[in-house]
Amino acid sequence: MRGKTLFACALIVATVLTTLQPAEAHGLIGKRFLPATLAIDDPFVADELSLPTVSSIKMPGSGDGNRVWETDVSAEFSKRLSPDLGFSLLGTWKALDPDQGPSMTGFDNLEVTLKYQFFKSPEHETLVSAGVAWEVGGTGSKKVGSDSFDRVTPTLFFGKGFGDLPDSLEWFKPIAVTGVFGYSLPTRVRNQTISIADDGSVDIARDLNPEIVRWGFSLQYSLQYLQSFVRDVGLPAPLNRMIPIVEFAMQTPTNGPQAGHTTGTINPGIIWFGRYVQVGIDAQFPVNGATGKNVGVLGQLHFYLDDILPQVFTWTPFHGVLGPTQP
Amino acid sequence: MNRLLAVAALLLAPSWAAAHAFPDHSEPRVGHTVDASPPAVRIWFDGRIEPVFSKVRVEDADKRQVDKGDSRVDPTDGTLLEVGLPALPPGRYRVIWSVVARDGHRTEGDFPFRVK
Repeated sequence: MRGKTLFACALIVATVLTTLQPAEAHGLIGKRFLPATLAIDDPFVADELSLPTVSSIKMPGSGDGNRVWETDVSAEFSKRLSPDLGFSLLGTWKALDPDQGPSMTGFDNLEVTLKYQFFKSPEHETLVSAGVAWEVGGTGSKKVGSDSFDRVTPTLFFGKGFGDLPDSLEWFKPIAVTGVFGYSLPTRVRNQTISIADDGSVDIARDLNPEIVRWGFSLQYSLQYLQSFVRDVGLPAPLNRMIPIVEFAMQTPTNGPQAGHTTGTINPGIIWFGRYVQVGIDAQFPVNGATGKNVGVLGQLHFYLDDILPQVFTWTPFHGVLGPTQP
Repeated sequence: MNRLLAVAALLLAPSWAAAHAFPDHSEPRVGHTVDASPPAVRIWFDGRIEPVFSKVRVEDADKRQVDKGDSRVDPTDGTLLEVGLPALPPGRYRVIWSVVARDGHRTEGDFPFRVK
């Protein structure tokens, strides 16, 4: 029995080591590889799995000075339905640990996203897609603040590599930008809370559920692009597969008492990508005091399912087996 | 235990097949200047490539093809794509390649080099 256990462990270690061989396959537009970003969604449709994405940051709390350590552990499965249409399912488990009071844990609402790539220019390393995200109200736990109503967020995504710059600007060619701009609409305008005081008086509070602009972008510098297409600067592995990145993830309510007040984080980090997986880690810097004062951390392990098992994970009902993402 | 082994085998299986092939290094080196015209351009990839569908060509600054047109995958090294060159005058050149890995995954790219 012990021998079998050792054999199984050896097999798993071998699996991990062989899985981490450097190469790439996913998020290709022309010769540009754009990785899955951690803090914002990327513009591609793909067959992929983020498992897990872990975020931990101290939040300011709800105006009472009672700050909360929030730790999120999420998983997102994405699947293409055609070469340019795909959907994803996102589930998040939250742990809230306030300065005062008991800790709370539970699942956040399930989120479903449908996305369509409607513009692709391989020679200009440009891709634009549109999608709609649906946060399914009531699927999460109220203990961790999940809403009982739905949110629908039409969203525009883009990605652009700068490999088409003139040769005189060759050091800028490895730069790429991705971005996301969405408008989140609640399906319930107000939450009504009725409370009865000791003296029998009835108080009815109506809190507005705001409409929110969710926006963000990433700036990336691909060392792989530099090495393979611009200038071989002699970077050894694993540096030659790394992408330094800064992600900006913001949200701005457009109505209600917080209208116009942007919160969010600036997330510098690094992503390493291999043949079948990528690994990324960001620091999370609150953009202002309303977002928080403490630096958080965001990490992700991401699997390229279209390369791991293309016959299984790239099957589609109307287009058959798509195979791995092509340039 | 059997389930564990099955899962491990499932994960291991794709590693036996090559995914996309990408350049590992080349002669001349990407973006570098060489003192004299090289006899050939050679690109080594990180996996074996398909000889029938893998090509490389070299263009001058006016986008005219200047190689010998004998692009091939080395029969003794399935990761090496090469094309012969005539004596090139000083100038800037661009190598343009397109390869298909042994399991059908296509990748493409280009890079410059300069002859002093």
